[in-house]
Order: sequence, then structure tokens, then C-alpha cells
Amino acid sequence: MLSFTLRNLLARKVRLLLSAFAIVLGVGFVAGSFVFTDTMASSFDKIAYGTVASVNVRPVQESSDAMTSSMTMDARRIDASVVDDVRQVDGVRKAAGGVQGLGLFVITKENRLLSTTGAPTLAFNVDDTRNAADEEIIRWVSGRAPEREGEVAIDARAAKGAGYRVGDTIKLATLGDPPIVETKLTGIVEFSSGSLAGATLVLFDTKTAQAMFMDGADEFNTISIERDPSVSEEVLTKRVQEVLPEGLEAVSGTDLGNETKSVFDEVLGFLNTFLLVFAGISLVVGSFLIVNTFSMLVAQRSSELALLRAMGASRRQVQAAVLIEAAVVGFVGSILGLGFGFGLAALLKSALGYLGIDLSGTALVFLPRTVIVAVVVGVVVTLLAAYIPARRASKVPPVAAMRDDQALSEGTVHWRVISGVVFALLGFGLFGLALWTDLPKPGWMVGAGIISLLLAVIATSVVTAIPVLAGLGRGFRGIFGFVGLLAEQNSLRNPRRTAATASALTIGLALVTTMSIMGASLNASIDEGVDKQFTTDFIVTNPTRMPISSKLTDQIVELPSVAKAVPNQSIGFTIGDEPIYGSVTDPQAWSEIFKVNYVKGEAPVRAGTIAFNETKAKALSVSVGDTVELAFLTGTVPVQVAGIFEDSEALGQSLAPYSLLEDAGIKRADTVIAVNKKPNAGFKTTRAALERITKDNPTVVVQDKESFAEAQRAQVNTMLYLIYALLGLAIVIAILGIVNTLALSVIERTRELGLLRAVGLERGQLRRMVRLESVALAVLGAILGIATGTVSGVVLQRTFVDDGITALSIPVTQLVIFLAISALVGVMAAVLPAHRAAKLNILDAISVE
Amino acid sequence: MTSEIAASATDLYKTYGSNEAMVKALDGVSVDIRAGEFTAIMGTSGSGKSTLMHCMAGLDSSDSGSVKIGDVELSTLSDKKLTQLRRDRVGFVFQAFNLVPTLNAEENILLPLSIAGRKPDKDWYRKVIDAVDLSTRLKHRPSELSGGQQQRVACARALVSRPDIVFADEPTGNLDSASGAEVLSFLRRSVDDFGQTIVMVTHDPVAASYTDRVIFLADGKIIDELLEPTAEKVLEKMARRNRRVKNPV
Repeated sequence: MLSFTLRNLLARKVRLLLSAFAIVLGVGFVAGSFVFTDTMASSFDKIAYGTVASVNVRPVQESSDAMTSSMTMDARRIDASVVDDVRQVDGVRKAAGGVQGLGLFVITKENRLLSTTGAPTLAFNVDDTRNAADEEIIRWVSGRAPEREGEVAIDARAAKGAGYRVGDTIKLATLGDPPIVETKLTGIVEFSSGSLAGATLVLFDTKTAQAMFMDGADEFNTISIERDPSVSEEVLTKRVQEVLPEGLEAVSGTDLGNETKSVFDEVLGFLNTFLLVFAGISLVVGSFLIVNTFSMLVAQRSSELALLRAMGASRRQVQAAVLIEAAVVGFVGSILGLGFGFGLAALLKSALGYLGIDLSGTALVFLPRTVIVAVVVGVVVTLLAAYIPARRASKVPPVAAMRDDQALSEGTVHWRVISGVVFALLGFGLFGLALWTDLPKPGWMVGAGIISLLLAVIATSVVTAIPVLAGLGRGFRGIFGFVGLLAEQNSLRNPRRTAATASALTIGLALVTTMSIMGASLNASIDEGVDKQFTTDFIVTNPTRMPISSKLTDQIVELPSVAKAVPNQSIGFTIGDEPIYGSVTDPQAWSEIFKVNYVKGEAPVRAGTIAFNETKAKALSVSVGDTVELAFLTGTVPVQVAGIFEDSEALGQSLAPYSLLEDAGIKRADTVIAVNKKPNAGFKTTRAALERITKDNPTVVVQDKESFAEAQRAQVNTMLYLIYALLGLAIVIAILGIVNTLALSVIERTRELGLLRAVGLERGQLRRMVRLESVALAVLGAILGIATGTVSGVVLQRTFVDDGITALSIPVTQLVIFLAISALVGVMAAVLPAHRAAKLNILDAISVE
Repeated sequence: MTSEIAASATDLYKTYGSNEAMVKALDGVSVDIRAGEFTAIMGTSGSGKSTLMHCMAGLDSSDSGSVKIGDVELSTLSDKKLTQLRRDRVGFVFQAFNLVPTLNAEENILLPLSIAGRKPDKDWYRKVIDAVDLSTRLKHRPSELSGGQQQRVACARALVSRPDIVFADEPTGNLDSASGAEVLSFLRRSVDDFGQTIVMVTHDPVAASYTDRVIFLADGKIIDELLEPTAEKVLEKMARRNRRVKNPV
């Protein structure tokens, strides 16, 4: 039986290859996601563990929430005397104070910012402390370390990207005054542990670094300690801790590495899940292709299977034969998919390289887990998909071997309709719960509802396909006459197969449509929000989300056309487990520029007060007069709630006075300046004046209402295009499904096609017939998908009204374009099958044997 | 009976395979098909009778020689022109799988006209339908028709476009004798009543007896011809031929 199965596989390799291809793509996506995130993790691990000393001293960190902590620039410092104390500890081979600075940018020879996307620019003082593994942390590629003011070293990738060589005078944008510093490049470095994952490294001598980032005081942010090999990391950490003054902590290299790694892991975990969701979608779509292929193979072979049954094979054996075939296809597809995934990850890695996130120092990581998951997923999905056809195959009665007709028993559609109705009810029930109740996690409920709705549409598509196809057929007949009629009849011939083929496209387009409605609604909400909330004339901001110089505000206020300029700094903290992203500013002045609508209480003008937006106030269940503990990286600060304001995109989740920074020990680093012109000043002249001030500082941009909305929309659109691209794979698989179905139906109908050719159907007409059938399949899938997606998108938008997606926008033009593209996809999918049908030899086709 | 020629073949040669395995399917065949006549081509399997029909009907091409339908030389036609010629001037009845399963009887009958985008001649259509006695079965799909009814639908289709010539390839090969007789009578009547030209390939002497003229083929050559055949005469010819083979002189 096994050898019989294997011989069957070889005999039908082309058809199986097509369904295996669906597995290759789906599994490739899964494997690619793992390989890519493992590679990123490995690269980040090298950074996390390879760049820390044996023992590190830093101000005590209070908050462990990585996301809000990352927004905090620690203002607390370590006096140089502490470094001397630490040096005296037994077992310390070497101790060096470290200075870190942010908000610095390398300006290229072409006077542009280097790397405004992705990774940060990190400024340090030169420090030759070795890492915990007793290796050099940085290596000099050329030149020497900067020794005095006016000298600098940068990393090799930055030097190459900016077009600088040792000895050149290079420009840096800083937060200080003047904003642009010219300095001599004395050396080029690289991390010994490999890549910097795209980060830019700028090194100064200690004095210069202190002048730039410590206001010239002999103070440090950290101390890095080299360990004498006779003492363990743990013991030395304890010893160092003993000599430290209060407020400072000693952290072993391992712990610090773990801390950094956990931040990376959180981000990578999210990225991996995100990619795997799309891989899952591709696999689900692919399984439709497999169900179809195996159904058709079983149908074609029914008399052969009946012969096996007649000769004494049991039902189980026939079923097993089909399932073994599926397992082999799944296995081969998975192995090929692994290779494809590896290639995909390599492609992604080099694509990131172009975007400035250089992972070239790390080889692709291929863990055994990736192989196991990929093969298991591939084989299991194939087996599940082949189960229904296998069961049907086992039901072929032995007597069918004696009959000419190959009719396989097809189950009734009743159970499909019933399960479809059940799924639909479930889906709409979930939608209702999400929309009209206060149950938690409405997003998940809508997600489950969308899946239910899709299952309902797919289950009932055998029935719903008929009116849609009949409608399309009427159009075809009107335009293409008799050939249109033939195409219509062909598409209606096997509604089950047509529906299954179209379903793959339905899933893809339903998701694309949902996303496009969400995207359009988000953009409309941004426009609406900007209209309502952007009550300032201009904002001055740093597009890289890095801080801008606080001196800029003073310069702007002095402009004759400016009435008011109010700076604002984004901050992040937690209360309990609740992360909050808010800002500090001059709340009184801020309220004069923005319409802050306090529903309760008043603006938090006094020190030690704060205001929350309604959503956060509700989540925290706080009211005016309550005292809350804000946990920052740098420490915990108790504040009193002064007011609660209406939610607004422009305002963030909380507002507090600048005094909060000092209370929490956070560095002042403005992120936005809101500017109002004088009533009599011209809009254009004011803008020009602002641009003159910021001209020399490429990190700063001036935005008005239009350009602000535009920038916000651009972010939404970038995300949307990324999702479209990822869903594209599912659509490619759906197209393969159409190709497969058409190719098989052309083979099945060889004699019929030969007859049509004999009685006078031209080759061109035959091709058109196959093409129209393909278009009917694609458009059916698209119509069902777009309809489902529209319902899903509307429900999703309604669910997230409270989260800022206030406006509903259905991008009708875009949906029509999706439909048109689907029809085009149909035309393209038909190219090969139509060609094959047209070159059919009439005599071979109609000859009896 | 006029001596007008509906179709002709001149010096047709066709071989399949090469070297040792070479088969001469047509070995210099020349034949004229007279208009308004019912002609049978007979021969054992492998005699070349089907190949001859396929070449004359424009479904296959010969290695050399000429085929004409009316005064159109087929070998010079492009695939497209040849297809249109089959559609407009030739009718076909095959042994099996004559009908498109998704179309009903009426749509199948009108198939060549529909492909050409032409409307049927109402009176002529009525006449044909009545002649094949199918007026009550027109809306049925092929799967709902008996084998004999299916072949009658095929005959109606072959006639409805008023072709110059109808080629029938073993049209009764899959039918029981009663259904076969119906189909053959219909073909006979269409020659007598409508003046239709028909060429039928068969190996059945009874079927051949319905025709006006029988051409015998063996090893790719025309070896004999019989006018106004009866089943007995055909059998006798065949028997004589077999005897010759068995007892060579």
C-alpha cells in the first residue's frame, strides 16, 4: 500500500507541487519569522552582554517598566570621588566613570541627518574598560581616540554613511548652544562583538563629554569596573555596593545584560507574534488550496480507488493512502519552506541593512526549534486539510470500479449552511458584546467575531456563490456572448470547488478591506482631531522623537511675530501596573494655546499636582484630590490629582508642571514647542521666521496644521502598507489556488474542450472562456471578502471610538480598486491554464481511448 | 443525383511514428465525396478510416496531398480560418462525448451557431428538431438524456448550421440496435429530405447499408467501393477481403 501511495505521488507531481507550494510559502513565512527574530535576538544579545563591564554602578532604578523608563533621561549623577572610592575596593582591577549623552546627531557631508530612522545615536566618553568576558568592547578601525576638546571618534558604519574619513572636520547636531558643533574626526571604531544594530556611536574624551552633557562638572552617569579574575562577579558586586553612597547601586554584568535583553526580548516577542499572525493567515489560506487539490485528485482517481476497494483494500487503507500522500507532501513542502524561510530572513536582514539597521555582524540563526515547528506545522496543516478528501475517498463503493461515471458522493450542503448560520450568529453576538457592553478586551472579541464571520461566509459560500456567479454570468453573457455563457456554466458546475477556491481570496481581501477601513478611519480621525485640537499656529518638533534644545524656546519667543511659545516634554511612568504616556509643560500657558477641556478640577499649575485624561482617570479610578504615586525610572514621586481633562490626541494621557522633572530627577529635554503668532503677523512670514531660526539645526522641523496632519497620516499609511505587504503573501497563495483549480478543471474537461474546438470554438475564444471563469472565481472571492471586510472594519472602528478612532471612513475608491485588481488577478491566474487549454490537440482530446 | 463534389481528397499520405515503428495511416488516398450523398468509409481498425475522416474534416493534417471542402483548400488555412470553416461549413457527430454537459439539449444543438454569434433559421431549426423528435427534451441536460437521445441531439447540432458536409465517426458505436437504427434513419432522411451530404466512418455492415456508397479502406489505401449497398453485399465484400488475406493466392 505504501509503495502504491508513493508511486501515485510521483505520477501527480505537478499538481502536488502546486499544493506543496502553498505549504512552502506558509511554512517559509513561519520559519522566516523565527530565523529573523532569532537573528535579531542573537545580535542584540551580543550587544546586551558584550558591552557591559563586570560590575556597573548607576543611580538606583526604581521602575522596572522598560517602555516608560526608556522615555526618561536620568538627571542624577555620580561624583568623581565615588570612582576613586570604588578603585580602592579589593578585586577591582580598573574603574572608569562613564558619561552618556542623547540627542546628538551626525550630519553628513550633504548636510543631512545621518540615520533618522530606527536606531539611536549614542554619545559616550572614550573608555577602554573591558567587558565582563574580559574582551575589548570597542576596537579602533583607524586613527586614534579623541584626547581634547574639538576631537571626536565615530563608528565605521556612520563614517561610511556620512562620507567622513579620519582627519575630516565633521558636523554634529547637539541639544546645546550652538546647535551645530564642528569637530575633528580622529578615529573610527567598531564594536568588537559585531554589529551595533544600526546605532550610531559618537565618542569624546571624558572632559569634552562632561562639558557637553554634565554642564562641565566632574561627574558621571555610570561607573564601569574591570574585575580581577580571582574575584567572582557576584562577590565584587557586593563589595562595590558596600562602598557606594545612598542612591547608587552596583549591578553585575550578567544582571545588566539580562535587563537589556529583557527589553529587546519584549520588542522581539511582539515582532515575532506580529509576523506569525500573518504566517498563520497564509497557512489557513494555503490549507484551502490543499483541500481543493486533494479533493480533485481523489475525484479523478475515484475509479482507481474503487478498484483498490474491490480488490480487498479496507476503507482505512484507502483513507491512509490519501493521508500518507498528504503527509509526504506536507513534509517535502515544509523542508522546502524552511529553505524559503531562510532566504526570506536573509532578504529581510539585508533590507533592514538598507534602512540603517545593520545586522551584518550576525550570521542568520537557525535553531532546532525553528526546524521542528516548521515541519510540525507544515505536516499537521496538510494532514488536517487532506482529512476531508481522504474520508470521502474511503467512501467510494467498490462497485464504482465497474462503472464508467466517476461521480463521488458529495455530502449535502445542509450542515454547511447550519454551521454557517451558527458561526454568523456567534460572530454578530461577539460584535454586539464588544459594542454594547463594558466587558474587558473588546478588541479581542471583535477579532474573534471577525474570524467567526469569515468562517460563516466560507461555510455558506457554496450557497451564496450561486447568485453572485449568476449575476457575473449575466454580465459575461452581455459582453462576451456565448463564450461568457460557457464560462458562467463552468464556474457554476462545481459550486463546492468554486467556493473553496474563492474562499482563499475571500480571507485575504476581508483582512485587507478591514485594514483599509481602519486605516482610512484612523486618518479621518486624525484630520478630525487635528481640526479640533490643533489650535496652535505652529509646532516645532524633532521628527526623530529625540529631544530638542530647550534654548530654542527663548529664541522663538524673541521673534517679533510670535505671541507665545510653550515647550512641552514627553514623559513616561507607571502607576501600579498602568503605563502612562504624558507630558510636562507650563500647564497655564499650554491651556491658552490648546483647548484643554477640564471636565473636573483645574489645570495642574501648582508643583506636586497632575491632571489625567478621562480614559486614564477611569482606568486608574482616581478623582480630583486623590494622591497617586508616579513610578519613574529615577524614583517614585507622590502627586495630587488637580484635574481631569477630555481625551485629546494633542494632549497625551497626563499633564504636569515642569517642577515634576526636578522632583523625579529627570533631565529637561523638550520634545515639542507650540507657537502662536501675533494676530497681526502674517502666517507665511511667521513660518519663514521660525524656519530661519531652525535652519541651522537639521534635527528640528516646523509644522503647521497641514504638515502636522500629513506627518501623522504618513505614519498610519506606512503601517498600513506594511500590513498590506504581509497580507500580500496570503493573496499570492490564493492566486496559486485559482491557478491550481483552473489547471485541474482544464485537465478534467479535456474531452469537452476538444469537442468545443472541433465544432468551431477558436483558440482565442477558448482562452477567453478559461480567463472569464478565472475572473468569475476571483471576483466572487473579492466580493465576499470585501463585504465581510466592510462589516468587520465598521465594527472594529465603532469598537475603538473611545481609543481615538472617532471617525468612520469607508474608502470606496480603494475598495473598487481592490475589486478591479482581483479581476486582474483572475486574468493573470488564467494565463497558464488557458494556454494549456488552447494548445490542446483536438484529436487526442476527442479520441475515445 | 448531381455529380457536384462536396469534398475531395487527393494523394493523401500520412504516417505516424518513425523507422521500425512507422505506420502508414494514409498511403496515397484520393477520393471525391459527392454532394447530397450518404457515404460510408469502412475498414478494420488501423485501416486509416478515422485518419482519412479527420484529415477531410480539418481536424488533422496530412503529410502531403490536398483536401478540399467545396473549393477551399484546407492545407493553406490558418488554425483560426480552419476553426471557422469547421464551425460554419462542417457538422460533426462523434461516437461518444458529443455534448457539453453544462449546456442543455437546445444550447448544445445551437452550439456552433452560438459560437459564431449567429441566430438560427427558425423554420429550419423547427424542422431539424421535429426530425430528431426531441421537441419535449430540449431543456434537459445531457445527463438526463438516454444514449440514443444524446446522439440525436448531436445529429441535430450537426445539421442546424446547414453545413456543406457532415462527418459522423461511428455515431452508433455506443448504442443498442434500436437506438442506432433511429439515428441512422434520421441521417438517411436528412440526405433524402434535405439533400445533406454525410460521410460516416463505421465498421458495422448494417450501418453501412443505410448509405449510398461504401468506400473500403485497408492499410491506408482504398481497396474497394460499393454503390447502393445492403448489409449482405457489404458482408460479402468484407468476407471476400478476409478470405484473400487468409488464403493468399
